[in-house]
Amino acid sequence: MRYLLRRLIHAALLLAGASVLAFLFTSLAPGNYFDEMRLNPQISSETLAALKAHYDVDKPLAVRYAAWLKSLAHGEMGYSFAYNAPVAPLLAVRARNTLLLTIISTLLAWCIALPLGVWSAEHSGRWVDRVVTGASAFLLVIPDIALGLGLLIFAVKTRWLPTGGMVSVGSEGMPLAAQLWDLLRHMILPVAILVLGAQPILVRHVRSAVAEALEEGFVRAAAAHGIPRRRLLWRYALRAAANPLISLFGFSIGALLSGSLLVEVITSWPGLGPFLLEAILARDLYVVIGGVLLSTVFLVGGNFIADVLLFWADPRVRTE
Amino acid sequence: MKNAPRKQRLVVALLVLLHGVVLLGGFVAPYDPIRQNRERPYAPPAGIHLVDGQGKFHFRPFVYAQRLREGAFDQYEDDHATLIPLKFFLSGASYRLLGIIPAKAHLFGADEETVNLLGTDGYGRDLFSRILYGGQISLLAGLLAASVSLLVGTIVGSASGYLGGWTDSIAMRLAELCLALPWLYLLFGMRAFLPLLVSPVKAFLIVVTTIGVLGWARPARLVRGVALSAKERDFVRAARGFGASNSYILRRHILPQTKSVILTQATILIPQYILAEVTLSFLGLGIPEPAPSWGNLLSSLQQYSVLSSYWWMYLPAMAMVPFFFGYLALSAALQEGRRAAKMDL
Repeated sequence: MRYLLRRLIHAALLLAGASVLAFLFTSLAPGNYFDEMRLNPQISSETLAALKAHYDVDKPLAVRYAAWLKSLAHGEMGYSFAYNAPVAPLLAVRARNTLLLTIISTLLAWCIALPLGVWSAEHSGRWVDRVVTGASAFLLVIPDIALGLGLLIFAVKTRWLPTGGMVSVGSEGMPLAAQLWDLLRHMILPVAILVLGAQPILVRHVRSAVAEALEEGFVRAAAAHGIPRRRLLWRYALRAAANPLISLFGFSIGALLSGSLLVEVITSWPGLGPFLLEAILARDLYVVIGGVLLSTVFLVGGNFIADVLLFWADPRVRTE
Repeated sequence: MKNAPRKQRLVVALLVLLHGVVLLGGFVAPYDPIRQNRERPYAPPAGIHLVDGQGKFHFRPFVYAQRLREGAFDQYEDDHATLIPLKFFLSGASYRLLGIIPAKAHLFGADEETVNLLGTDGYGRDLFSRILYGGQISLLAGLLAASVSLLVGTIVGSASGYLGGWTDSIAMRLAELCLALPWLYLLFGMRAFLPLLVSPVKAFLIVVTTIGVLGWARPARLVRGVALSAKERDFVRAARGFGASNSYILRRHILPQTKSVILTQATILIPQYILAEVTLSFLGLGIPEPAPSWGNLLSSLQQYSVLSSYWWMYLPAMAMVPFFFGYLALSAALQEGRRAAKMDL
């Protein structure tokens, strides 16, 4: 328990540090949201000054940070200039969509990578292994952006899949099952891009970790005792290989989260990615900070889950 | 064991060749990348032929002239009566070779009509030329950003590993923080606070420094590890015993040992950073038009009409693949070589 508590405090400190860092960056920024309004003849300089005073733009960094912390306590995370509304509810909707995409992709990617990696480690050197490692190597050299655009062109040409957004026009009126089906169809493309993009690294690590475990003496001893091959692979070798793989699990969440930023823009999935991009172009300060911090929360949360899993899976961590 | 160096040489040769083609892009490309030809928007790639419609063989490769179809603005058909023979080593648009030497020679081209090997974009600009010139910008951005990262990482890492104490703890906590943030989001966040509408040169510098500075943490941690073990080695202690200064020991004894770690990191960081530039430019946060980069060449694909009708606009994405293959193969070969060297000891 001490271990988990320590990890939790560590995560909280990381988040606090990240928020300070984000605010430090903002003070480097030349110009703000209201600078462009100055060019607009319909807005008087008095209005502009009043707006600036209202949003605390001119105050020093520490004051702004304190004000932001206070609004965080109220569940607002600052105020969006462009939407004229608190940031948190705006982010929540997009974050839900991003989470949906990332969680499903992470699970699917691992569900595919684990059997493939174990399979290819078991048949190390034979054609199964060659095909799997060859395909991974091929996918590895294709950058996410090329993969995404390529699949998108494929979808557009064949018209098999919807190519943008999350729901079809007029889907609100449909029965629930049809709505879910619609959502699923829209999800196929972005999930496929993310899963294929993450696949090579995961498979490679699973394969090498399991192959290494298979070389260990205890696995051979177990094999000599006549323990069936399947049980040997999944209960003994994979369990022994779990430690680096669980760390990789935490890492893969971060990679998929970053990847989803681009994929969401490509497939116009209404998640954090397009929202953040729009906020950057509009210089909507608190939305940018909120988006970056929220993604950090996801990543830190993912790593915490990995820590918990490690605690559960690896007795060496527990006795430390 | 003997194989590793040979494989390395092979991969390095491939990378040198690829970079050479892009570096001499002005010569290989037939046209100026920003010259527009409003009469030829979205012309498809011109196929190179040796045999014409009558089955007659031509010694000199040729392309068919493309004519706009009646009533269309972007539909072309091959005019099988007009052959445009390709000319090699001819004089054309002026450019600066390697960015310095003024030159006019081009690898290939045609006398009167334009030959768009990979088609044109919406402004009738030659895509083949734009990919080559765009490669110069994207590759340079990746290389420079990686140098920035490695430089900062090496300085911080070696100082932190060698000096230890509070320098070490502060630097490493900061590195942990940087690694804990989702990288692309952080890049976006930082880009958000820098000016958006700037000249291409300024945008290039912003992109390079942002990417480079953000990536210092991983090399710093690795270099720190090397420095940490190096400072306990006997020859370092001996040097200290003889009264060598900290900066001397760092320069002469610690830094040379970090070479292989830095080299491996470079092969990992360069493609990652090329991709970062491509992503930023693709989303309109990087190199602005009309200057080409692999990223902003792809950004027109965000429009549905381009995506569905002009498949050749996807070709810049394909141009990246051989480079990525080269860098990945090099990093694999380097790691393999290191493992083999370790086993020999």
